Amino acid sequence: MSRTHVTCVVNGDPVDFLCHDYQTLLSALRDELGMTGTKEGCGTGDCGACSVILDGQLVCSCLVFAPEAEGRSIETIEGMADGRHLHPLQESFLEGAAFQCGVCTPGFLIAAKALLDRNPSPTETEVRYGVAGNLCRCTGYDKIVRSVLDAAARMREPHARKETG
Amino acid sequence: MTATRTAYKWVGTRPVRHDGLDKVTGRARFGADFATAGMLHGAVLRSPHAHARILSIDFSDALALPGVKAIITGADLPELDDDHVEGGEGNATYRDLSRNVLARRKVLYEGHAVAAVAATTLRIAREAARLIQVEYRVLPPVLSLKEAMAEDAPLLHDDLFTSGLDMPLEKASNIAARHVTSRGDPDSSWEEADLVVEREYFTKAVHQGYIEPHAVVAQIGEDGKGTVWGSSQGHFVIRTLTANVLGWDPGDMKFIPAEIGGGFGGKTTIYLEPLAALLSRRAGRAVKMVMTRHEVFRATGPTSAAWMKVKMGARRDGKLVAAQAWMAYEAGAFPGSPVALGIMGIFAPYDIPNVYMEGYDVVVNKPKVAAYRAPGAPMVGFAAESLIDELAEGLGIGPMEIRLRNAVSEGVRAVYGPKYRKIGLVETLEAARDHPHYSAPLGPWQGRGVACGWWMNYGGETTATVSINLDGGAVVMSGCPDIGGSRASLAQMAAEELGIDVHRIEPVVADTHSIGYNDLTGGSRVTFAVGIAVVDAARQLIDDMCTRAARMWDIAREQVEWVDGRAQSVTGAFPPMTLEELAAGSARTGGPLSATRTVNPRGVGVAFSTQICDVEVDPDTGRVTILRYTVTQDAGRAIHPDYVEGQMQGGAVQGIGWALNEEYLFDGDGVMENPGFLDYRMPVASDLPMIDTVIVEVPNPDHPYGVRGVGEVGIVPPLAAVANAVYAATGKRIRELPMSPVKVLEALSSH
Repeated sequence: MSRTHVTCVVNGDPVDFLCHDYQTLLSALRDELGMTGTKEGCGTGDCGACSVILDGQLVCSCLVFAPEAEGRSIETIEGMADGRHLHPLQESFLEGAAFQCGVCTPGFLIAAKALLDRNPSPTETEVRYGVAGNLCRCTGYDKIVRSVLDAAARMREPHARKETG
Repeated sequence: MTATRTAYKWVGTRPVRHDGLDKVTGRARFGADFATAGMLHGAVLRSPHAHARILSIDFSDALALPGVKAIITGADLPELDDDHVEGGEGNATYRDLSRNVLARRKVLYEGHAVAAVAATTLRIAREAARLIQVEYRVLPPVLSLKEAMAEDAPLLHDDLFTSGLDMPLEKASNIAARHVTSRGDPDSSWEEADLVVEREYFTKAVHQGYIEPHAVVAQIGEDGKGTVWGSSQGHFVIRTLTANVLGWDPGDMKFIPAEIGGGFGGKTTIYLEPLAALLSRRAGRAVKMVMTRHEVFRATGPTSAAWMKVKMGARRDGKLVAAQAWMAYEAGAFPGSPVALGIMGIFAPYDIPNVYMEGYDVVVNKPKVAAYRAPGAPMVGFAAESLIDELAEGLGIGPMEIRLRNAVSEGVRAVYGPKYRKIGLVETLEAARDHPHYSAPLGPWQGRGVACGWWMNYGGETTATVSINLDGGAVVMSGCPDIGGSRASLAQMAAEELGIDVHRIEPVVADTHSIGYNDLTGGSRVTFAVGIAVVDAARQLIDDMCTRAARMWDIAREQVEWVDGRAQSVTGAFPPMTLEELAAGSARTGGPLSATRTVNPRGVGVAFSTQICDVEVDPDTGRVTILRYTVTQDAGRAIHPDYVEGQMQGGAVQGIGWALNEEYLFDGDGVMENPGFLDYRMPVASDLPMIDTVIVEVPNPDHPYGVRGVGEVGIVPPLAAVANAVYAATGKRIRELPMSPVKVLEALSSH
């Protein structure tokens, strides 16, 4: 079966891959590009573990066909830290113990980034709805919501960032 | 061992966890993140019927499909006898475990595995599975406890006879076992009570709901030896189960643990592992298998649906005089529900002189149940904690007061036998009573409920190694997968002992060929049991280092003590020797610094939690909104309070889901109607408020830092806490979960 050649931008870098028309963007990222930070929890768009930002919009990559990525820009968890500097959300999640098993964490970070990109000062309720498409079974969401609020505050009043080591 | 020190440098602090950076950057590798060159992909053909006889299986068309490398069915697994599975949490025999992994003769639930295929791509494997022709004779499904226990019920197993009956029956049954525990004489005690209440309760099957589906990669060589990568709650146990189901030697396979994306008990048994291993051996190539979410719902263990009849009697002053419970738990397709734990737990928080508990383990045409956080306890907690609320109201006593008047404490004999050692139930009740939440005002259609919960916890076989690096840092190695921050807590205890910075310690979860045996990550045991082994090993190392220092200084061992990461002479005659110096010079003093300890600790601390829930009920839609929620729990000692709070919050929210929304729905043929996260409705962030926590610390005298397990008990109280709150808001007692909007509306319109 012939495959489609797709050229796109992932985390700012030009990327190309071959994929079958039935493959999802999630499958292309994980299986063709080896970027396994984006997770599959359900394959039906119900858990948010596969969240990526596609041309500025939060999507479940399991609901996007890989060929649809042609010419578009994708942000994944692997591109969230800026070189050696963690994103404030990553710092807040670490310091706020916002995860236990950690499998939903990449999706939450991406969803939270999409929220803060468009609303830098969300209320608690806005954070809760902003990540309502993401399932976490470990934390009860308390420390996730607090960490997103904390990151938003850090981003409004930036201070020295930490090295990722 | 006793907890003597109270001021700690690392224990009780909140360092960033060691595996944290990998988890916020996407680098952590979970079960499905492994791949090897030339790897095949596996798929499973599953039964479309809840109950059917397999007449024939023809996979010739499937095998002819280009790219297909191997196909297996139940005929490829050895027939095993009734040996009980040791070490797992599933209460199974090997015979049943094997039949659950691949059906023999009959399929017993929709989703039951019938055959497995390995092919060059997942798409080809799935296509091949579709080409396998299975001829079934469909049988009537048994889908509820009442149906299964009826005299003329269709039988799942014609060779299953009820154990534990006073008079054994000659007839096969869907009732696998009857369990009875009693003390005193309830029958003659009811008249001592001023108020006796008897009620019936129902809960549905609910799933653990871990976000990571089961995943495994197996590579078995021509010599039958090989490597298995995958996520589980205990790779030693999973290896044993896998090997025994295949009739192989467990030592022939190295199991390498991946990061695990949640388990909650559901990853304590095997599903894909033996299939991948056998397919790999047949095909001579690595095989990767990953479940879809539909498969997770349809073929992995939920916890039991339960049917309970409970009666309790109390005197006017609120003192309980007698209690009795009858309960039946769904085991799924094979025997082994946690009903015996339900019997232990139903009245465990209370000191009741006369009790009788009777429980039934019942098979139905649904997936075989698996452990789920405090297995068997939340459903009986729902019943008993709802009923005691009714007693309190009937006697005109506050809900907190009636619990305090009957709460168990040190020295009281538990209804299940042993005397409680030091426990903290009263302290959690007092913490809840004194919390501002408990006296906050409420509005119309709002109500407050409270409930307690008990969980026993577990010790278990454990190995840990502590090794000092040449630079003076340390590696702490265990063999228990870390699901919720246990690596951090183990490192903190090691740091406390060694007197070095917690981030100079690298905690590692080692594979089955790199460390001695370890039981499951389960029973809230890791920080307790592995913690003991780590502390023992660190203390052995410290003794070794002090001995070496003494030798160098040519003084007696007793003249050297370990203080703040340094060996020093008690007289101060020599400059202290740091861990770095001892490590750097170890070649000259006897070789590398490393200690391994194995333990199987008793003295596990029993855990209790008390929770307060405020709800608002919408009388037009029946929707219940959680307004405010507080968890108090006795942790013994919180090593890393963030992750103790996390367990309390996560357990409470799973319980809230169980109370309000979650349930397996089946059609009349036994086909699951909601095998996805859209229709199996777990709580999301917008459903919830913050979950307030109060960590109560009543140190466990049998752990060097006072730890008792914290992982499970948090899920026990919420079912009744929510139900009692709904009652307070509406005046309606709902005794059947989940309290979905439809049920709440029905209750509101009833008289």
